[in-house]
Amino acid sequence: MTENKTKRRDFLFTATYAVGAVGAAAVVWPMIDQMNPDASVKALASTEVDVSSVDPGKTITVLWRGKPVFIRRRTQDEIAEAKSVDIEKLKHPEKDEDRAKNPEWLVMLGVCTHLGCVPLDQKGDYNGWFCPCHGSHYDISGRIRKGPAPTNMEIPEYKFVDANTIKIG
Amino acid sequence: MSEHEYIPKSKVGKWFNDRLPLLTLANHLTDYPTPKNLNYWWTFGGILTFCLITQIVTGLVLAMHYIAHADMAFGSVEHIMRDVNYGWLIRYIHANGASMFFLAVYIHIFRSLFYGSYKSPREIIWIIGIIIYLLMMAAAFLGYVLPWGQMSFWGATVITNLFSAIPLVGEGIVTWLWGGYSVDNPTLTRFFTLHYLIPFLILGLVVLHIWALHVPGNNNPIGIDVKKPSKDTVPFHPYIVIKDGFALLMFMIVFAFFVFYTPNILGHADNYIEANPLVTPAHIVPEWYLLPFYAILRSVPDKLLGVIAMLSAILILAALPWLDTSKIRSAVFRPLYKQFYWILVADVLILGYVGAMPAEGLYLLIARIATAYYFLHFLVVLPILGFKERTTPVPLSITEPILGGSPNLATVKNKDSFKG
Repeated sequence: MTENKTKRRDFLFTATYAVGAVGAAAVVWPMIDQMNPDASVKALASTEVDVSSVDPGKTITVLWRGKPVFIRRRTQDEIAEAKSVDIEKLKHPEKDEDRAKNPEWLVMLGVCTHLGCVPLDQKGDYNGWFCPCHGSHYDISGRIRKGPAPTNMEIPEYKFVDANTIKIG
Repeated sequence: MSEHEYIPKSKVGKWFNDRLPLLTLANHLTDYPTPKNLNYWWTFGGILTFCLITQIVTGLVLAMHYIAHADMAFGSVEHIMRDVNYGWLIRYIHANGASMFFLAVYIHIFRSLFYGSYKSPREIIWIIGIIIYLLMMAAAFLGYVLPWGQMSFWGATVITNLFSAIPLVGEGIVTWLWGGYSVDNPTLTRFFTLHYLIPFLILGLVVLHIWALHVPGNNNPIGIDVKKPSKDTVPFHPYIVIKDGFALLMFMIVFAFFVFYTPNILGHADNYIEANPLVTPAHIVPEWYLLPFYAILRSVPDKLLGVIAMLSAILILAALPWLDTSKIRSAVFRPLYKQFYWILVADVLILGYVGAMPAEGLYLLIARIATAYYFLHFLVVLPILGFKERTTPVPLSITEPILGGSPNLATVKNKDSFKG
């Protein structure tokens, strides 16, 4: 008799804790999720850039989602250099063809994959970019070659709307 | 709370105290028996309380004029500096106050390390202290972002990106922290909110820190258990109050020197340039008080391991009461530990120096050696030292070396261990 009563109690306690936990989670989640990007931030997700004035060997920087995007019009020498690298030896092996669909144009997030600084153009040991914060060197394809950054600079989603306009995002 | 029952003299006092024993608490705090040999290194607890109150009061006033918006924050800080009555003074006290706070906390921590104040029965005081220290670093970082200068912006970017080192969920956490895809207005407003919250959390923990201290009582320069109250103790008021007060005055002279004569020397000129998400300053350097940890972060060539090393360097302190196996508290009676202590002090100073230098060549090599030694000190040297070291004889009481004999032999545990 007493044993039965104890079991009944145990069940009630467990059920109460479970309902309480679900309720607490239901209250806590909105408090956490409110910190995620809001609708107005998400709405600014794409941008169009006119690249007609960019000469070969020049880079322009545009702002997309609050982050810089490098658009570099590469010279033939630079393209040849980017393609000649033995990707087996890279920390993050990626072919240049996969990074620049149109080899003349390299479009990538100008954000160091280490801790988010903006690397400097035409600096560093590999003739590409150099991050001044913690010393990461990137090549002319934006691939990490030396330093603490774990991966190559990210390629955003983009397409050529026409010959002179790139839509990022 | 104390050994004797306190009864207020006045009728009103007694009536009030029966209902809320605040007067008993005040009496405990004034009569609180304190070891009579406390030196000036023990005055930094009081100095730190002063620093916390100063930051809260000046911060409250600054918040009346500051605007937490990405387009207006930088301008509102200049408005405080130029237009608000005494705004320059209040802001300079707040900004330099952070540095003074850390200066005092580092002295306070290294005093504990020298005199073994973290050892039994004071582990909880020590761990609460480490939590306070962590919160101080968080508050300092968040506060540094608020003026929305170049260092604010890029410091915020680099520090929040530390979380991206976490596998799988890292990127999601960083986006969540930012409230967007980069450090921007949502980041600024939440940083302001948290910067306002943390000092009050610290205040609560300070109460616990002092409460936990008042259970065993103060450690002291010779690190022995003191019978309280006895010939070895003096009441907190007026003896310690006067000593703390004098030390505080000396400290305030240093504080005032920075505020009035060189208010920007501890900051970075780059932070007087408004935040620009397209350009990273050539040299990102954190404030001086975070440099040793920054050096540890940079000395590891892997992103995730670097972050882990940096966090471990702080969290390892919480385990210190168990890593240090020596029964003797004070370094005064530990000839070997005393030397290792000063090597550690030098090691941390070296880490601080290389943290401010570019992470390349010789600096990087020095940073790596110093990082390795830092961990070696806590994980290898301290545990072994407790077993190997021949300590010198510890007096049985504070008065014994002068008066001879011991008024409190009974309180000395483990007499054999004192014979070396």
